Amino acid sequence: MALLEVKNLGISFGGLRAVNAFDISIEKQELYGLIGPNGAGKTTVFNLLTGVYKPDSGKVLLDGTDITGKKTIDISKAGIARTFQNIRLFKDLTVLDNVKAGLHNKHHYSTVSGILRLPAYRKVEKEMDERAMELLKVFNLDEVAHVKASNLPYGQQRRLEIARALATEPKLLLLDEPAAGMNPNETGELMDMIRFVRDEFHMTILLIEHDMKLVSGICERLTVLNFGEVLSHGATSDVLNDPRVITAYLGE
Amino acid sequence: MKKMNGINKTTKNNLITYGIVIIAFVIMQTLISTGSVSSLIEGIMVPICIYVIMAVSLNLVVGILGELSLGHAGFMCVGAFSSAFFSKCMKDVITVDGLRFFLAMLIGIAVAAVFGILIGIPVLRLKGDYLAIVTLAFGEIIKNLVNVLFIGKDSNGFHFSLKDVMALDMESDGTVIVNGPQGITGTPQDSTFLIGFIMIMISLFVILNLINSRDGRAIMAIRDNRIAAESIGINITKYKLMAFTVSAALAGSAGVLYAHNLSALTANTDNFGYNQSIMILVFVVLGGMGSIRGSVIAATVLTLLPELLRGMQDYRMLIYAIVLIVMMLFNWAPKAIEWRERHLRFGRKQKEAVK
Repeated sequence: MALLEVKNLGISFGGLRAVNAFDISIEKQELYGLIGPNGAGKTTVFNLLTGVYKPDSGKVLLDGTDITGKKTIDISKAGIARTFQNIRLFKDLTVLDNVKAGLHNKHHYSTVSGILRLPAYRKVEKEMDERAMELLKVFNLDEVAHVKASNLPYGQQRRLEIARALATEPKLLLLDEPAAGMNPNETGELMDMIRFVRDEFHMTILLIEHDMKLVSGICERLTVLNFGEVLSHGATSDVLNDPRVITAYLGE
Repeated sequence: MKKMNGINKTTKNNLITYGIVIIAFVIMQTLISTGSVSSLIEGIMVPICIYVIMAVSLNLVVGILGELSLGHAGFMCVGAFSSAFFSKCMKDVITVDGLRFFLAMLIGIAVAAVFGILIGIPVLRLKGDYLAIVTLAFGEIIKNLVNVLFIGKDSNGFHFSLKDVMALDMESDGTVIVNGPQGITGTPQDSTFLIGFIMIMISLFVILNLINSRDGRAIMAIRDNRIAAESIGINITKYKLMAFTVSAALAGSAGVLYAHNLSALTANTDNFGYNQSIMILVFVVLGGMGSIRGSVIAATVLTLLPELLRGMQDYRMLIYAIVLIVMMLFNWAPKAIEWRERHLRFGRKQKEAVK
């Protein structure tokens, strides 16, 4: 059974049907791309999947559980993590604390043991530090663990956002334009990293991207959105050669 | 190794903050016991403790949670009146001063915390300017409600009224405890500099440890980016309310100190009105949003200053205002920050760390 199963998803803002009859089915450990022209509704789909918006119609099943219309926090607990098109880090926290914030629901101790520094606090904080440093090492950020997130260069900020998302131990990772603003070199590194995350963490990844080199390089399957509707979907090479996709998005 | 450095850095910073407070207390206490300070300065020690606690607790909401609250004095008012009410009722029942004051402290903190939750639930749905204005309104509501509150006690028990003393309709043996605009008189004066110092240390302990824990990280994550915090599964409402309630509870403890420092407790614009809330906000902004040590120092300096300048007569408030402006410029003007980074070691070190 597919890890993510979306059927007939839709939402309207006023008179505008932003997303209509959206279907997608993503298998475990698949690298799936969501592409389409600007304003096609790609980020809206992400917002629907993560509970920022509530869909007017349709169903979202994650690993067999119905998560349609649930709150963002419950969807995070159910196992969907995301990054944002415009980077959203906790800018005044250190890199380490950004990842530790991501571990929030995986490591618990009470407020009282936090304030009184009881043994539970020391033990769990140590676990969190170790886990966070492991993650930072994977993303080559361990050197800058104690730097404020806002002081990182752009590429590192993108990586930190992915590290923070992975800290929540999701089943599905949504990446919203991870290569935006990157030069070809950085994009190349990013592609390697996304593949590495999929293999190392056995992660299922759905990504939105405009960079066709990245999309054709790493995505196994694609869905193309246009005016809020699915224009085409299937294996990457088939979709990119689909004449409808070429007219609507890629250009001759 | 690097990780250890990081942990030590926060701990070290916190220890410096505690250290400053302890040293200041020891110095002042020595000066007072040797009789080298005027009674005016001696009398201002408890108010300084009160303002430090107020500034530190408001910083939790303004600096750490990132929401502008203009009703902080309202929680101080709640703590003051609930504890003074308790102390006055129990004056003859519990004769051990220390125990009675301890219980009064707990009651003031608890009642202020309950008000923090009650007010926080509706208010924290708002953001920014709207939240600021609504907290301002709640602060004023509390102050004005206390002004029309009459409570008396006779052989039949307690009597309440929002009209006047006559409406209490008491037996001849009754005494008025809360007398509307005249407030509560005859509260035992239990507040001392030592207790004020202990309360500062407790407030610092609670707030600094809260900030450097899982909950504090969640609160600061909400401040830095609410949408991202939500996306990683942080319960926004819970942590906003937690910060607001802890802040209110500590303001309540400052209120308890305030009530037990005066023989007559009344609620007026100067002590529990928005003037007070804004003055405390000034301490927080001057000391630096989110900097607990800054709040401690700013509150102390700015409470001492008007008293120290008393000899200057009419120029007193003018100088106070000028000092405010200069401190603000030194703290926040880009040129001043640049200068500090170039000439002070602390700033340079930070810059190197960034690279």
